Amino acid sequence: MNITSYLIRGLATGGQFALVAIGYTMVYGILKLINFAHGELFMVSGILMIYIVADLPTLPIGLAICLMAALTVFIGFLIEKFAYSPLRSAPRMSVMISAIGVSYLLQNLVSYITGGLSKQFPDIPVIGESVRFLGIKDKLTVFLSPVIAIVLTVILVQIINHTKFGMAMRAVSKDFETSQLMGIKINRVISITFAIGAFLAATGSVLYFAKNTGINHLSGANPGLKAFIAAVVGGIGSIPGAVVGALIIGVAESLAKAFGLADFSDVISFGLLIIILVVKPTGIFGEKTTEKV
Amino acid sequence: MWEKNKRTICNLILVGLIIVLLICIDTFAPATSMWFSVLRKVCTFALAAVSMNLLNGFTGLFSLGQAGFMLLGAYTYAIFTIPVNMRSNVFRNYGDSVIRFQMPLVLALILAGIVAAFFAFLIGLPVLRLKSDYLAIATLGFAEIVRGLVQLQSFGPVTNGPDPINMFTAPKSIMVYAAISGISILIIVLMINSTYGRAFKAIRDDEIAAEAMGINLAHHKRLSFVISSFFCGIAGAMMAMCNTSVSSVSFTTSMTYQILLVVVIGGIGSISGSIIAAFIFYASSEWWLKFLDLETYTKAGSKVPLLGPGFRMVVFSVLIMIIVLFFRQGIMGTREISVYDGIMKIRSVFVKDKAKGGESHE
Amino acid sequence: MSKNVLRVENLTMQFGGVVAVNNLTMEINEGEIVALIGPNGAGKTTAFNAITGVYEPTNGAVYFNDQLIIENHPQGKMKKLYAGKNSDMYKQAIVKTPDELTKLGMARTFQNIRLFKSMTVFDNVLTAKHLRRTSNIFTATFKLNREEEQRMREETAELLKLVELYDVKDEIATGLPYGKQRKLEIARALATEPSLLLLDEPAAGMNPQETEELTKFIHYIREKFSLTILLIEHHMNLVMDISDRIYVIDFGEEIAEGVPAEIQANKRVIDAYLGVSEDE
Repeated sequence: MNITSYLIRGLATGGQFALVAIGYTMVYGILKLINFAHGELFMVSGILMIYIVADLPTLPIGLAICLMAALTVFIGFLIEKFAYSPLRSAPRMSVMISAIGVSYLLQNLVSYITGGLSKQFPDIPVIGESVRFLGIKDKLTVFLSPVIAIVLTVILVQIINHTKFGMAMRAVSKDFETSQLMGIKINRVISITFAIGAFLAATGSVLYFAKNTGINHLSGANPGLKAFIAAVVGGIGSIPGAVVGALIIGVAESLAKAFGLADFSDVISFGLLIIILVVKPTGIFGEKTTEKV
Repeated sequence: MWEKNKRTICNLILVGLIIVLLICIDTFAPATSMWFSVLRKVCTFALAAVSMNLLNGFTGLFSLGQAGFMLLGAYTYAIFTIPVNMRSNVFRNYGDSVIRFQMPLVLALILAGIVAAFFAFLIGLPVLRLKSDYLAIATLGFAEIVRGLVQLQSFGPVTNGPDPINMFTAPKSIMVYAAISGISILIIVLMINSTYGRAFKAIRDDEIAAEAMGINLAHHKRLSFVISSFFCGIAGAMMAMCNTSVSSVSFTTSMTYQILLVVVIGGIGSISGSIIAAFIFYASSEWWLKFLDLETYTKAGSKVPLLGPGFRMVVFSVLIMIIVLFFRQGIMGTREISVYDGIMKIRSVFVKDKAKGGESHE
Repeated sequence: MSKNVLRVENLTMQFGGVVAVNNLTMEINEGEIVALIGPNGAGKTTAFNAITGVYEPTNGAVYFNDQLIIENHPQGKMKKLYAGKNSDMYKQAIVKTPDELTKLGMARTFQNIRLFKSMTVFDNVLTAKHLRRTSNIFTATFKLNREEEQRMREETAELLKLVELYDVKDEIATGLPYGKQRKLEIARALATEPSLLLLDEPAAGMNPQETEELTKFIHYIREKFSLTILLIEHHMNLVMDISDRIYVIDFGEEIAEGVPAEIQANKRVIDAYLGVSEDE
């Protein structure tokens, strides 16, 4: 393989991470919560896809994907309702611990259902097929991922900047209490934020698992962490930041493989994370905040 | 002063009883008893949880690097306690180990702590300037980096690369574990009750006020971080003994989460809470709830619904969520166990002297 | 002339384009009680924070007992943005951290009380004794500093008796009534053994009677601990009663300096406060 193909694969992984990273960054923007369960939600949506295709073999694949996305969104909504919203006035650390608890629960639940075994992700027509582009032969999902990620991001940014809901969302992320006083239904804004995050994670999971064959209960941990690093590197709270961060991480890991440093790929991502945190803790696109004494 | 002495004496009696109980189990329980494996694990993770509590609960630094420091401790301990004649066998894929001697257990344990503490010192310099969640992420990242590096082929002669290390000294007796854990926790408790412990709590309560009262934030945070990591390293070494084999795959982020959950269940800021929670956590997850994993049939021959492999962990994580959501104080809150106060409370119920002895919990 | 304890020279504090404190110069002599007053948003607390090392001033210098503790000049982006004066007077960039300043003998309280919320009254004060320790982490952990610990506890008890908080010593600090919390915060600052005490709105939220008690209390501790005191305050009664001298700032700039009687008669001060009726 030549360097271009590594680069494209890197961008593909980056695009898939980006879709997950947006979920992290949006939730952080609004609730100042690192939603540790988001990676697990990503894994759960992959597992859902497997079960839907296996149990409803007659369902067209397109509809199956829609059904899976709807269920993922519903689960994302449930997590928020049951695990985070009761802790609205609790210290931030409690909410973070609750998120860790949820991720533990989801892992164990999936492990129970699947028997802890790796399951084969179904073949998805079209995006799972091999194509030749720029002289490189790979699955279509590889070429499509960065494009889809960027298109969805642009749509999302448009929604946030130009709709009434987007305005409410920005207000809530700036000042929780004041926006509540201004009559914004913050619980609805938060629910919708989680729903959007879950939807993007579901999209990401189809693209991601279409090239990776097996899924088990631990499959969400690594992509979850990577997407999360991406969100921090890009500046947590910033949507374009999450995408840029994810693309950087994806390409960096892929290039590491190109130079025979495959073992190092995790180390490189985490190293990048620590360097960013030390040099510019708010990330590439992050805003600086000062504490008032 | 007399009140205080009474409390201390009562608690010492409790500790004495626990020691006697442990000796009884150690000598009289059948070799196959679950007590052995569970209690070893409890001792190990009680120490890990207490050292995490020192940082998260008493100094207010939310760190998630425990797995990394435990890994460093476990590897250090394992590498230095393999008998000399076994070394070439363990490290057969890498020629031989670069270390050609064996250390006594106690020295190796201390070294395990020192190595973990040293790395904590190094990463503490840049990382401890970060605030809450950012610190958590950075330390988590550190743990993953350590895990990645240790498996590298080029470190093979030292770390055995991705292959597990075994054949090292691994005592069987519960008393060894209890002693290591007990002494370490005692030192932590003494420190928390010293003037430094008060400084740590001041930082947790209000960083700005603590600094204005002349407490050097950088110095004290680093101190707490390094000490916590030292004991984490020892806990890692104990984990190596428990498993009789060390491999980087067991030191995952989810292990850190587990330790955090133990701390939360026990009560963030309570040492005795962490110990009790470690016992409940590991006794129930590894033993008492084991029956949930077995497919069971009723007398009539029908299968009991839901029971099966993995169900135990589902029930267990649901229980944890209930604690996290509805009993946020955990078992102990920020209080410590006090036998004397307990007795007074029970007595007050009987004597109906509620006005006086009722709420004397510290 | 008595010795000067605190000397602030051309202190300027600029946030982005906003000059919060402009070229402030103050001198506080040993044993004096000096008040820094000004309308809301005049930059009093900002000046306070710059003097105590919480903020890095943009320009200027501060001397404590003739020792240079803070000096700075516009750097980096600020070079272009700087809107104050005297930027060429200072060359060094020294900013001691708050804990170093406290160690030198400067202690402060906060506008919005900042007690150690999980600790008892006793421990709040005892914790402030930490900085005068001679023990290290080992001797402290293994109780080899028994004498020192004993002494710290005795001094704490003595201090609490002095400020009449000894009877509530085992209560959680934040459970105290507001006035006592203020007093405790001052006691905690005193435990660091300061020679200069900086009080940030000590009478905020107090009723006239409490304010009067506070006035007496401040006088008392000045005598008892031979302190020099700088305070920021809104309560004019308190300020006029207590201060030896007063500095008035408005929009970050000093507009007057003098003894209470002079300040009360000063045209510019009256103008600055005009429209704001004197409360209480």
